[in-house]
Amino acid sequence: MRYLPLTGDERRQMLATIGATSVDDLFRDVPAAARLKGAVDLPPTSGEMEVERALSAMAARNLPAVAAPSFLGAGAYRHFVPAAVDHLIQRGEFLTAYTPYQPEISQGTLQYLFEFQTQVALLTGCEVANASMYDGATACAEAVMMAGRITKRTKAVMSGALHPHYRAVAATYTRFLGITLETPEPDWTKPEDLAGLIDGETACVVVQNPDFFGRLADRKALADACHAAGALLIVVVTEVVSLGAIRSPGAMDADIVAAEGQSLGNALNFGGPTVGLMATRQKFVRQLPGRLVGQTADVDGRRGFVLTLSTREQHIRRDKATSNICTNSGLCALAFTIHLTLLGEEGFKRMAAINHANAVKLAERLAGLPGVEVVNDSFFNEFTLRLPKPAVGVVEALAAKGVFAGVPVKRLLPTVAGTENLLLVAVTETNAEDDMDRLTDGLKETTR
Amino acid sequence: MSAPAPTITGNRGLQLEEPLIFEQDSPGKTAVDLPQPAQGRDRLGSLGREGRIGLPGLSEPEVVRHYLRLSQKNYSIDAGMYPLGSCTMKHNPRLNEKMARLPGFAGVHPLQPISTVQGALELIGATGHWLSVLTGMPAVAMSPAAGAHGELTGLMVIRAALEDRGDARKRVLVPESAHGTNPASAAACGYTVESIPANARGRVDLAALKAALGPDVAAFMLTNPNTCGLFESDIIEIADAVHAAGAFFYCDGANFNAIVGRVRPADLGIDCMHINLHKTFSTPHGGGGPGSGPVVLSAALAPFAPVPYVVKDGKGFRLVESVAESEAKPFGRIKGFHGQFGMFVRALAYMMSLGSDGLRQVAEDAVLSANYLMASLKDTLSVPFEGPCMHEALFDDRFLKDTGVSTLDFAKAMIDEGFHPMTMYFPLVVHGALLMEPTETESKATLDTFIATVRGLAERAKGGDAEYFHAAPRLTPRRRLDETAAARNPILRWSPPAI
Repeated sequence: MRYLPLTGDERRQMLATIGATSVDDLFRDVPAAARLKGAVDLPPTSGEMEVERALSAMAARNLPAVAAPSFLGAGAYRHFVPAAVDHLIQRGEFLTAYTPYQPEISQGTLQYLFEFQTQVALLTGCEVANASMYDGATACAEAVMMAGRITKRTKAVMSGALHPHYRAVAATYTRFLGITLETPEPDWTKPEDLAGLIDGETACVVVQNPDFFGRLADRKALADACHAAGALLIVVVTEVVSLGAIRSPGAMDADIVAAEGQSLGNALNFGGPTVGLMATRQKFVRQLPGRLVGQTADVDGRRGFVLTLSTREQHIRRDKATSNICTNSGLCALAFTIHLTLLGEEGFKRMAAINHANAVKLAERLAGLPGVEVVNDSFFNEFTLRLPKPAVGVVEALAAKGVFAGVPVKRLLPTVAGTENLLLVAVTETNAEDDMDRLTDGLKETTR
Repeated sequence: MSAPAPTITGNRGLQLEEPLIFEQDSPGKTAVDLPQPAQGRDRLGSLGREGRIGLPGLSEPEVVRHYLRLSQKNYSIDAGMYPLGSCTMKHNPRLNEKMARLPGFAGVHPLQPISTVQGALELIGATGHWLSVLTGMPAVAMSPAAGAHGELTGLMVIRAALEDRGDARKRVLVPESAHGTNPASAAACGYTVESIPANARGRVDLAALKAALGPDVAAFMLTNPNTCGLFESDIIEIADAVHAAGAFFYCDGANFNAIVGRVRPADLGIDCMHINLHKTFSTPHGGGGPGSGPVVLSAALAPFAPVPYVVKDGKGFRLVESVAESEAKPFGRIKGFHGQFGMFVRALAYMMSLGSDGLRQVAEDAVLSANYLMASLKDTLSVPFEGPCMHEALFDDRFLKDTGVSTLDFAKAMIDEGFHPMTMYFPLVVHGALLMEPTETESKATLDTFIATVRGLAERAKGGDAEYFHAAPRLTPRRRLDETAAARNPILRWSPPAI
């Protein structure tokens, strides 16, 4: 057993030092009836080669999106990640470190998280950001609870065009806390009147930009309406690359931004792990959940970084904490920050511009197919198509030809009427001309 | 304040100073070559971004050097022993990383057609099966993103099950030695939290627990082995009392490392337990995450597990993604998509590598090593509770009495010796706690060096050299940092210098 360094002799010596006759002796506090006599019913130890063979065979039973022309989005996006990212995050000093509780020997982690917080604040147009959350959906739920703490109110208006997972997770998180969610039926045909739903008990309004169907909207007027009523505006971003091309939520006066950062530095991983982003105004910082890294100095006066404002956190405040989150997404945040550092201002904006240009090109091409309509006029890199037949069948048929056409809206909104023929199509810098040809030809054939 | 390093650069040999990325900005520079975007109609409406974001421009060599230098300022389990109690810092095999990066796993989109992800669903099923057999529990919810997220999930499952039987219980009981996440999770589930004291043996005070149990108690949350490193020897009686009161028995599985393969939590009467894959099953902590916290459930709780979940039938694997599609009674969804899939791959690679026999050996060696530390150090340090410990050994700071050296000072001196300090001041039931968890992946030679080091430092402290400890650490990239100043005047981001 290659991971276990102790030899039989050493075990005997150690038992002698302890004064025990056998290891079983050390388990004597376990009720005898609960001590297993032999091994559980699972396969025995395997060599490295055997494990690799078995898992590779399992992996081979998938057709991964990275191996085919893919237009899948709806909250997870395929982007090109430079080789340096994975190389650096696999350094043992990053990969195998723990939470930076001892700052003198954790400056690497603490400094990159401080840089990450700065980058997230810049992208979102907010004053401060935390050191990451689990994912975008849980960050959104935490944002709703944070708004409840700040306003001491009990209602949240959730846009119908918010990603269905985000709405579902927020509903789960708030269900037992006395916060009521008001959610208009998803409507892809017209803009929502969310300002009309705000009342004196509204803690926050949650909107996504670009929204679930890909539409963009200026949220400034909604922010004004929220603030006039004493409520907060929470803006959700599921495609962080969009922030290289469109006005930031902070510039539209959002109070809290909850975002999914997977697009930068992180693989698709069948949906996890990813990295949740959260940013807000300086004045709300003590209500921000999760970890924060702050700048300080050591006894020699040299700049250094520490975890700070931990009096908000569970290990100090226990049941009075702002959140129960402990482990966050440190390594995924590292991948995010390295990718964004590699891109820089120029690269990030250009990447966003390429995403948008590719999406515009494909949308124009698909809109020319008979019976196919691009539902939304504005979009960044993802838009909604209305097909002449149910999208699920079309997607299956194209998958059989090795093309991932997109995500059927019905899959995520199974109970919403009229969504059968809607298909979400996402385009990134990874989609070559040839991919677009194959999708266009495939759709043409399948929808004929 | 003493002077910084006596060098022009501020460097100390191989300890290189590294500015922030924002201080290395060359505007216009990028480390990613991208083509010029095609010209065409803009569909951004009126929302195009204007002006600079403020991101710095660096080249690839500058970026690589930056992060490499930062990495060298971190302690890690790859570098040395990390005896943090209750954190289980064990070796992270690189095979796990290699497997998680197979394109057939890492490159799968969460919303691909189900026919194209049969291998991924099989992997989720297989990982769940191992966890289910190892715990003896019939069902497992795979989606929680971390241990505390698993606690929240487990409590929500319990609350949903209670509501289903028309039972609106409001209280959760938690021992005072519990991880801070336990009461925080209970509160996040809308419960009021009540603390149960420990007895003189470092275990739950059974009489106090029985007195607190009543028809309004939803659950008792116990960490077992507990945070004093001890097995709750009354656990069967505890389970019976909890069940007799109509409550559920939640177990914090953070310390599953101590019993994996040797004791099944189901056999102890536990109804619900989260498992930190990043602890017991060696997925790397990554400087604070990602974690993964699947929750195993008894038959009574299984129907209430959150969506999504995997189902196997004659035609292969299916994924139940919404409450509307489910034939059970899921309480909802706890996370976007299907859980920390990449962590499942790593954990399964680890479980398959060790197998049923190796996992049993893991528990034995973890317990053996902790008891070896306890036996080797109990005359030097002070021990609050006698008797065999499980995977971690608890000491207190009585041995530092009248030395002028605090527990924190002592820990900082460990750093100069090349060890990550042990957990300090936790659990709270012991004054000045020092909790050491060696894990099963440390060699006897390393344990002996560690023991000799702790003994040497204890002698130095008792010998009256308090100044040495107050000034520690001396040999680190940074010396003691002013945490009070950081909290009083929070600087949470870089800002351009005022011109």
